[in-house]
Amino acid sequence: MMDTALETQVAAHAATPPADLTVRGLTKSFGQAEPVFRDLSFDIARGACVALVGANGTGKSTLLRCCLGLSPFEGGRVELLGHDTATLSRRARRTLRSQTGLVAQKHNLVPRLTVLSNVLHGLLGRGSGPRYWTHMLAPAEARDAAMAALDKVGLPHLALRRADGLSGGQSQRVAIARALVCKPRFLVADEPTASLDPAAGEEVMEMFFDLVRAEGVTVIFTSHNVDHALRYGERVLGLAQGRLDIDAATAGLSSRDLAGLYG
Amino acid sequence: MTAGTTPARFERPSALAFLGYALGAVILVWALDGAGWSAEKIARSGPRMADFLSRAWPPATDSLARLGWKMVETLQIAIAGAALGVVLSVPVALLATRGLLVPHWVTMVTRMVLGFIRAVPDLAWALVFVVAVGLGPFAGMLAILMDTLGFCARFFADDMEAVDQGPSEALTATGARRIDIAACAVIPAAMPGFISTSLFGLEKAVRSSTILGLVGAGGIGIELKVGFDLFDYPTALTVILMIAVVVIAVEQLGALLRSRIIGTDR
Ligand SMILES: Nc1ncnc2c1ncn2[C@@H]1O[C@H](COP(=O)(O)OP(=O)(O)O)[C@@H](O)[C@H]1O
Ligand SMILES: [Mg+2]
Repeated sequence: MMDTALETQVAAHAATPPADLTVRGLTKSFGQAEPVFRDLSFDIARGACVALVGANGTGKSTLLRCCLGLSPFEGGRVELLGHDTATLSRRARRTLRSQTGLVAQKHNLVPRLTVLSNVLHGLLGRGSGPRYWTHMLAPAEARDAAMAALDKVGLPHLALRRADGLSGGQSQRVAIARALVCKPRFLVADEPTASLDPAAGEEVMEMFFDLVRAEGVTVIFTSHNVDHALRYGERVLGLAQGRLDIDAATAGLSSRDLAGLYG
Repeated sequence: MTAGTTPARFERPSALAFLGYALGAVILVWALDGAGWSAEKIARSGPRMADFLSRAWPPATDSLARLGWKMVETLQIAIAGAALGVVLSVPVALLATRGLLVPHWVTMVTRMVLGFIRAVPDLAWALVFVVAVGLGPFAGMLAILMDTLGFCARFFADDMEAVDQGPSEALTATGARRIDIAACAVIPAAMPGFISTSLFGLEKAVRSSTILGLVGAGGIGIELKVGFDLFDYPTALTVILMIAVVVIAVEQLGALLRSRIIGTDR
């Protein structure tokens, strides 16, 4: 009996690439009777790039926070990179998180510090303590890694600028560098361009998806821009009234299919 | 709808509001009575005040050098006590910040202890330290240190609780420890608040340090006491004027530094 169970598992593995994120029966409420979402289940395969769409307030951000183990939930199970996020020890959770990252709508840089120190902080999952607090004290490899990440987003010349002196687009690029510097396997981007003007938004989206594709990072992102979801996602999850209304490959979808989600 | 009638100029207070006003008036009368209110004494105080001023004027200038040095000692007490207090406030504030490093009960206990430290007046701290370390400026410095700690640690913690949670969350998602998050995201963001609070702490310290001498804890306060005890009113007046000048100067300097260092982005 054990054997057959194992065989089915092995067969399942052979059929689909291993999932970086497995969500089963996820239910979350903020103490109210009506949950934000109920009984959600989906997988995200290694290296996939998935768009999560839905109207404002449908719980996209909340779902992403649950996936990263940043927010507790009432029912179901979340397995991230093979670990059940609810049962990890604090140390194990830290190790898991050192392989993940979050790029939010707001860049969330620390305003009074230099750009380079902000990027360096992306390595705090790997190294802890004063040596990682500021670029002035950081080990040479860490500084080089941070500089390389800044290079990738095209801003090496701003390394010693204060973060609050940057434009919106530059700030978001620095936030991307901070998320990428630790070579994560799994990245969450929650409306990464919502606070930018359209031109800067396009530029940041292009850059972000070029980089994550090049590095093979698994990505789940939200956007209120249907075109972005269809253009950059390989697959679309549509959240409405607390359920997944859509779970389909982008190839067969048009923006009219998604328009209903925002009605 | 027809045009409304013009409202009355005064609304009739509700019964509850009326009761509130009456109670307030009763409390005020009761308090004035307890404070020994006497119109007669006020009437008689005018001539006495004029007499004091005529005997104190002009302020004494013969002991300016000695008083000046006493004022320097006062400032030393204030600066040393405030600086040590501010430095100690940072770790204590980390323990008093909800949801940052320590469990909730630790922040509650820390905040209670800080509340106690604040509740004890600076002169009482000075008396305690005079007993503990003897008469002199060291006792005064320790009193200022406690005063600054109670004030700064509390407001540093409030500043840290008020910072934007976004950067902390981004660092949490990448696996940072809480201590790293405090050092990299919370403290830098709270720094303008820390500086502003520290400058207020210094102003407060200078004000307090001028009277610590009354209980033998060093500084210029002793000269004020001796001046009055020996009916040397000109010297006492000089001391009062010196204190006023120094306190006002430090307040102005604090305001200037605050706007220079922090600018408008508090
Ligand atoms: N911390 C919170 N406490 C209570 N309710 C919350 C909290 N965060 C989000 N919500 C509620 O959960 C719902 C989903 O919010 P959110 O995940 O931000 O939606 P979206 O990102 O899709 O716009 C909203 O109705 C919001 O009011
Ligand atoms: Mg959102």
